[in-house]
Amino acid sequence: MTAPRQIIFLFLLSSLILACTPAPKDTTLHISGPFEPVNLDPASAGYMFTRMQIIETLVDVDNDGNLIPGLATSWKSNADLTRWTFHLRPGVTFHDGTMMDAESVRKSLAVALGKPAPFPVDIVTNIEIVDPLTVSFTLKAPYRPFPSLLSNYTTAILSPASFGKFNRMKALIGTGPYEITDFIPPHNIKAKRFEKYRNGPATIESVDYVTGHRSETRALMVRTGQADIVFNLDPPATEMLKQDPDVNVHTRFIPRTTLVKLNSGNEKLSDVRVRQALSLAIDRQAIAEGILHVKGAEANQLFGPSMGTWHDASLPPLATNIEEAKTLLDEAGWKLRDDGIRYRDGKPLSLSMITYANRPELITIATAIQAQWREAGVELAVHMENASAIPSGHSDGTLETALLARNFANIPDPLGILLADFTSVEGGEWGPMNWSNERVFSIVNQLASGKPDDNYYVLQKELISTLNEDMPLIPVAFYVQQSATSSRVRNFSFDPYERSFRIDQMRFQSK
Amino acid sequence: MLKILLSRLGQCLLMAWSVGTLTFILTRLLPGDMAYKIATGRYGDDAVSTAAANAVNAELGLDRPAFQQYLVWLGDLITGDLGTSLVTGAPVVHELQNQMSFTLVLASRAILAAALIAFPVGLLCGAKAETVPDRASLITSTFIRSQPVFCLGLLLIFIFAMELNWFPVAGFGSAEYAVLPVLTLALSLAAVSNRVVRNSTRQAVNSAYFHFARIKGLSYAQAFTRHVIPNVIVPGLAFMGIQLIGLIEGVIMVESLFAWPGIGHGLSHAVFARDIPMLQGTALVMGMLFVAINTLVDISQHYLDPRTRLDN
Repeated sequence: MTAPRQIIFLFLLSSLILACTPAPKDTTLHISGPFEPVNLDPASAGYMFTRMQIIETLVDVDNDGNLIPGLATSWKSNADLTRWTFHLRPGVTFHDGTMMDAESVRKSLAVALGKPAPFPVDIVTNIEIVDPLTVSFTLKAPYRPFPSLLSNYTTAILSPASFGKFNRMKALIGTGPYEITDFIPPHNIKAKRFEKYRNGPATIESVDYVTGHRSETRALMVRTGQADIVFNLDPPATEMLKQDPDVNVHTRFIPRTTLVKLNSGNEKLSDVRVRQALSLAIDRQAIAEGILHVKGAEANQLFGPSMGTWHDASLPPLATNIEEAKTLLDEAGWKLRDDGIRYRDGKPLSLSMITYANRPELITIATAIQAQWREAGVELAVHMENASAIPSGHSDGTLETALLARNFANIPDPLGILLADFTSVEGGEWGPMNWSNERVFSIVNQLASGKPDDNYYVLQKELISTLNEDMPLIPVAFYVQQSATSSRVRNFSFDPYERSFRIDQMRFQSK
Repeated sequence: MLKILLSRLGQCLLMAWSVGTLTFILTRLLPGDMAYKIATGRYGDDAVSTAAANAVNAELGLDRPAFQQYLVWLGDLITGDLGTSLVTGAPVVHELQNQMSFTLVLASRAILAAALIAFPVGLLCGAKAETVPDRASLITSTFIRSQPVFCLGLLLIFIFAMELNWFPVAGFGSAEYAVLPVLTLALSLAAVSNRVVRNSTRQAVNSAYFHFARIKGLSYAQAFTRHVIPNVIVPGLAFMGIQLIGLIEGVIMVESLFAWPGIGHGLSHAVFARDIPMLQGTALVMGMLFVAINTLVDISQHYLDPRTRLDN
């Protein structure tokens, strides 16, 4: 073949390849997000299977974080909060056709509590079957937020046939409105609607989740109609999608706060004036508008606006005041030298900050904080790490500061988080560190034992303001979740607790 | 011929041992506590804790002496057992089969497409050196090669998925999903190889044997087909063999951009999660793939180039 003929051949070949256009639209809902389900185990990837509505938990959560009945219809505890009894919903069918009963619940939870979970799993000492639709749990200590633990994805109820030898996962047989049909970890989950779902079958027949690793890719997928719903978009992608008439962008506050964790036991950070100065030096509004592109995302307290009475809407924004920060640092004995850094006893006020790569905005915010603290004479070295560097640095005591996005939805009752993190000097791996405030410790214990009456709310407010004064953690921004849907998706709603994609409520626009 | 295969087999075995050992040592040299990193891979950012890391440590026996773990791995390798992934718990062989099937589709089509672009373009530019098409090809090749393969991919998405809506942006499942990742890789490979082909062509066209062929009465086309093309294919193919290192590098980025569930993506995740068995398995398979493709190149050289047979 001569050269010109080769070119003609190449042209014909490429035209042939290009003629294969994508398949026409189908009745499957296509979803893409960054979440990577690594296996079938609810302890690892349960967060993904609850979102896909394949598995469900005993307790559910509404948009405001209130606990509502899930696979259990009601629950109550004894007077000293050590024994909890759950009444199961009758007529619940697993995807394999068997019925859910107390034994299947006991089995699922016994396996789940033997594995790591984002709460203390050793709190349950015994699970007892009272009758075929009643289970009771004995705890080693009084624990008011216990029902909220049973809303966590790790405690999903599975059919006994899900477990193989040594209780290893053999299949994922849940009770949700969708059942799994194909799984290629960590890239793809396919599911079809469960025809025998207790509330009747869902409208959308099948769902196809594809892991889209990059925000740019996901944005383009929804723009071209390849995906119907995409989650976790970054600010530039959101700005682009807002211009597209065929795409709807959804912005919602979720119970996650970007904050600076401080090691209050560190000699540089043990003085509350230093912690307050570091907070005053942060320009939260600039971070919210300049980096996150969301007005009003600046945080003025630990818990965000989606967290019911744990958020005090009457609080003013946390001030940015570099002059006051400088004064506080002067008072604390840190004097400015010619090199622009503050020193005390010949030692510079230089700190290290750990942050992690999986949330791309964190490194940008860390860089902004580095510049803002520098203005007050504080030197900051930022280390980009894996998320595990934070619990690891907490446990070996080497951590000085860390920038993190704390998820408060794992246990929807913040009391569970407060009890774990704010009742001892050890603090929590994702919470305060070497910090002690007897008043806060006592309020949390009172809240854990008291009833939600008027005094309860007064104590909550006092807790929030005390945390703002003593600054064991510096709140930076409330988390906003950006998702986008194609115009054919109807009835989309975003679950701020990220427990469900709510596919069963959606439908396609009729042509 | 047998000699080529035997020496390649020896290389393959040596490679398997050295790649595995090197991966083992390098992973252990990475900073940070392995148990924590594995726990993050397994349970996610929000659920990683010291308790989870301790559970991982106890389950996997990570506190055993390193040489003991290494010997166990070596013993398993000899019996053909690559172990199970520390993150997913699935056998490494099973995961690799899955990923490999996707990567092979991508890599083989990319090589083929690169050859289909590089040889015609290179031959044409070499034959018509220093003309407008030759200069245009030089500029285009330089432009493509100076892009990270990631940018090239995005550019193709903008043109073919966004503007023309011919192909899907990302994902996998049917043939059309492969077009853009294959084209991205192929263009990036062809950007260099077409220049190699062009230079060989130019050399051949200006050679004494080509002039002699013309003088003895062959037409330009006849002389080109009989004397230029065979002399261009040999160095061209050899160069494409070398380029495969670049292909493996490109596969990692391209798979991440196009959400393609192949071995490159698996490799990058295994590094972050310190999933040593997965890492060793992936590196092993990639190394073997490299040896295998180079063997194929050697064999084709053996048949295409009579001089190699003469030496034997």
